[in-house]
Amino acid sequence: MELTPAFEVAETPWQRFARNFFGSKIATAGFVLLVLIVLAAIFAPAISPQNPYDLAKLDVMDSRLEPGQKSVDASMTYLLGTDDQGRDMLSAILYGIRISVMVGVVSTIIALSLGLTLGLLAGYADGRIEAFIMRVADIQLSFPPILIALILLALTGRGIDKIIIALVAVQWAYYARTTRSAALVERKKEYIEAATALGLSPLRIMFRHLLPNCLPPLIVVAALQVASAISLEATLSFLGLGLPITEPSLGLLIANGFQYLLSGKYWISVFPGIALLVTVVTINLVADQLRDVLNPRLQTQ
Amino acid sequence: MLAFIIRRVLQSLVVLLVMSLLVFIGVYAIGNPIDVLISPDADQIERAKVIVAFGLDKPLWLQYFIFLKNAAGGDLGRSFAYSTPALTLIFERMPATLELSSAAILLSIVLGLPLGLLAGLRPNGVVGKAIMAVSILGFSLPTFWVGLMLIMVFAVQLGWLPTSGRGETQLLFGVPVSFLSWDGLRHLLMPAFNLALFNIALVIRLTRSGAQEALMQDYVKFARAKGLRNSRIIGVHVLKNILIPIVTVVALQFGSIIAFSIVTETVFAWPGMGKLIIDSIRVLDRPVIVAYLLLIVTIFILINLVVDMLYSALDPRVRLAESKG
Amino acid sequence: MDNTTTLVVNNLQTQFATRAGLVKAVDQVSFSVKRGEIMGLVGESGSGKSMTGYSIMGLVDAPGKIVGGEILLQGKNLRDLPAEAMRKIRGNRIAMIFQDPMMTLNPVLRIDTQMMEAVRAHQDVSRMVAREMSREALVRVGIASPDERLQAYPHQFSGGMRQRVAIAIALLNQPDLIICDEPTTALDVTIQGQILYEMQKLCRESGTALIWITHDLSVVAGLADTVSVMYAGRIVESGTVQQVLDHPRHPYTYGLIASAPSRNPRGQPLQQIPGMTPSLLNLPDGCAFRTRCAHATAECQQTPQLREVEQRMLRCFHPLRDSVAEVVS
Repeated sequence: MELTPAFEVAETPWQRFARNFFGSKIATAGFVLLVLIVLAAIFAPAISPQNPYDLAKLDVMDSRLEPGQKSVDASMTYLLGTDDQGRDMLSAILYGIRISVMVGVVSTIIALSLGLTLGLLAGYADGRIEAFIMRVADIQLSFPPILIALILLALTGRGIDKIIIALVAVQWAYYARTTRSAALVERKKEYIEAATALGLSPLRIMFRHLLPNCLPPLIVVAALQVASAISLEATLSFLGLGLPITEPSLGLLIANGFQYLLSGKYWISVFPGIALLVTVVTINLVADQLRDVLNPRLQTQ
Repeated sequence: MLAFIIRRVLQSLVVLLVMSLLVFIGVYAIGNPIDVLISPDADQIERAKVIVAFGLDKPLWLQYFIFLKNAAGGDLGRSFAYSTPALTLIFERMPATLELSSAAILLSIVLGLPLGLLAGLRPNGVVGKAIMAVSILGFSLPTFWVGLMLIMVFAVQLGWLPTSGRGETQLLFGVPVSFLSWDGLRHLLMPAFNLALFNIALVIRLTRSGAQEALMQDYVKFARAKGLRNSRIIGVHVLKNILIPIVTVVALQFGSIIAFSIVTETVFAWPGMGKLIIDSIRVLDRPVIVAYLLLIVTIFILINLVVDMLYSALDPRVRLAESKG
Repeated sequence: MDNTTTLVVNNLQTQFATRAGLVKAVDQVSFSVKRGEIMGLVGESGSGKSMTGYSIMGLVDAPGKIVGGEILLQGKNLRDLPAEAMRKIRGNRIAMIFQDPMMTLNPVLRIDTQMMEAVRAHQDVSRMVAREMSREALVRVGIASPDERLQAYPHQFSGGMRQRVAIAIALLNQPDLIICDEPTTALDVTIQGQILYEMQKLCRESGTALIWITHDLSVVAGLADTVSVMYAGRIVESGTVQQVLDHPRHPYTYGLIASAPSRNPRGQPLQQIPGMTPSLLNLPDGCAFRTRCAHATAECQQTPQLREVEQRMLRCFHPLRDSVAEVVS
């Protein structure tokens, strides 16, 4: 006779998630690296040898020094060299990471919230509201992000707040669209009917019932979008449209160093470039793994 | 079929109109061009003259209608900075951008398809995994940074390729092109590759997943049961099935590539529309900005239209369904 | 080797190494098919019948592998052949027809493309000749207006017609053997009848041997000359249709026949074989059927071998006798 298999002790969803996620060595490495980067961003002021924004401390005599050289007054060693204004590259990079990551994360969070709300509204409300929101989203989605950001920044000028607004404007439509599709599917399910029958207010249904079920795919998208936002911000700064010169993000640092590339002073551009690269790639790695792990179709357990 | 075309064209015209309105409002209503054109210590009379000359005193809606009227006649205003018609300025630069973008699209297919097929056929081999890793890089790396690296490695360190610019051009039907001369090609190679990188990664991924799915289908098993060679199974049966969605995506990306050439043109000092628009934005040269945006929108709409029709021509299932309904 | 036997399969073993264990999908399967003969290969899902067909064609995909036995096509062992030689046999000396013709024909290629390539992969003929051969083949399987049909795409055909196209493709290179894997299961009963009739006719005319894989005994009864019954990867009984279906000796065969609804007198409860088909990962020791068999004894914990019993091959320690197994008609 066939024996029925004994039941295994069930693991919690979190345990299963952790097991799946950290199953890939590359993803784990990426995750560790990412944590380091985020820590560097948060603690930049504490760990930088120099405050790159303090113009008083900069000595133009120290400009364009090679990595490893000492400053004119021998008070510090520039581990990664200096740029054309005498800024210590290491400090500039740390602060740059800080700004880049902050801008990326903040803009993604705002875009996510905005898009989520609008998407839920469109998915739940129906009729003209939905049509309007979706029409706007569609038009915006048919344009390349760089163009939209370009126009907005051209009109509004430079500044952290303006670039965050531009990044939000670029991203919200995608979240709105995805949320709406998910909401449309979930709306037909019975638990929503039940909630409506109970007389719960539409707002409550939207946020407490629909929302949690639409969330998982969005998390993955949001993670990827952070990297994409950071990349876009760097590109815009490089083009001279993003952050102001006084608070350089990685993109601006790279732009500043561009002209010195040809004369062999590579460090002014290359090191911030590597920092940008590592940041973006690790976020992508982690997000990719997140997507594979959360994808219901690939679940074999 | 005709009704389908007419319907789509009408839709496109409506979108174009709406976009022109949005663009116009966006550009003209925000910011103040007067301050750009006139030095701060010019007197009132000077200012008044310039305002009238550029029609900046009329109410916004009137400006818009004048603009539309002129646009219908092909006149999109004169550049504030260059005093030549904006459209002429853009058209002068367009061939360079189009050539760059076309080269990029070509590269994405020529490189992306074979690599993607290879990765799809042997997903667990070293080659397959390596290709996928490279494709992740292609997605993640910011284009301008890759451009910088390319310049540094191939131009500065190795000296194989020129650092920037377009080099010699030959005339093809009166239009200057680079690809006909060896020098032109040398200048074209890096910027085109740089621009194409994101798309190459995209095509690799699409081709790979498409190939993997196709290989699981019964018709592949049947083709093997017929005793067909592997090369035919992959080259004809699998390829034809996955080609349609890939071509669609690539074609739709064309507009995106044209837009993104802004970055590549800046990095490589390629004299195209992209560089023009950046400079124009810096000095708020509105007619040029408006003309460029409208042109891009029109190009986008055209591309969408063409792709739609191409899709129905390629996929026999869609074609027959359309002709019935 | 007498040349009236087209295919001899000896102790074929195909196994799958899965994470959950070793699956013996085809376990010591032996049978032979003569020229022009139609053999029915009968069994439920999971019995290994389809996998036997794939094994003969050399289409077993990883993680499966043929690990033992021989497959003799007119005396030549197919297992000895290198991949390229096997490719030349497929579609040429042995053809296969699958269950769902919508899935087996490539939706984006025209019918003539898919037929002509089958010809030109094995015969060195021009496109025109290949096209002409395809056209003739369509006529042979009873498809009207063949020229139009050649230009068409698969989704423009009905299910029955698509299957006829598949049959036409199978016949193109005049194979010695055709393996049909449940080709009529997805079709209407009337179409099924037509196709069965035509297949029979074609085989008699051309001397092509046919292996018809199915779970439907009534098809076998009407169509085949010989029948092999499979259970859990093994052949349990095989012989001529008269012998096996009218006087079954294996309890499983009897159960199969008896449980067919058409065989049941009206108003009587339907007969069933108790229990369920075991998973191939978890087979009982010895005779795989013993857990469901009313006649099982301790002896059945040994594996019975396939032996000749009363003019058929049988794998059972307790063959039924006619008094028990006389099938009600």
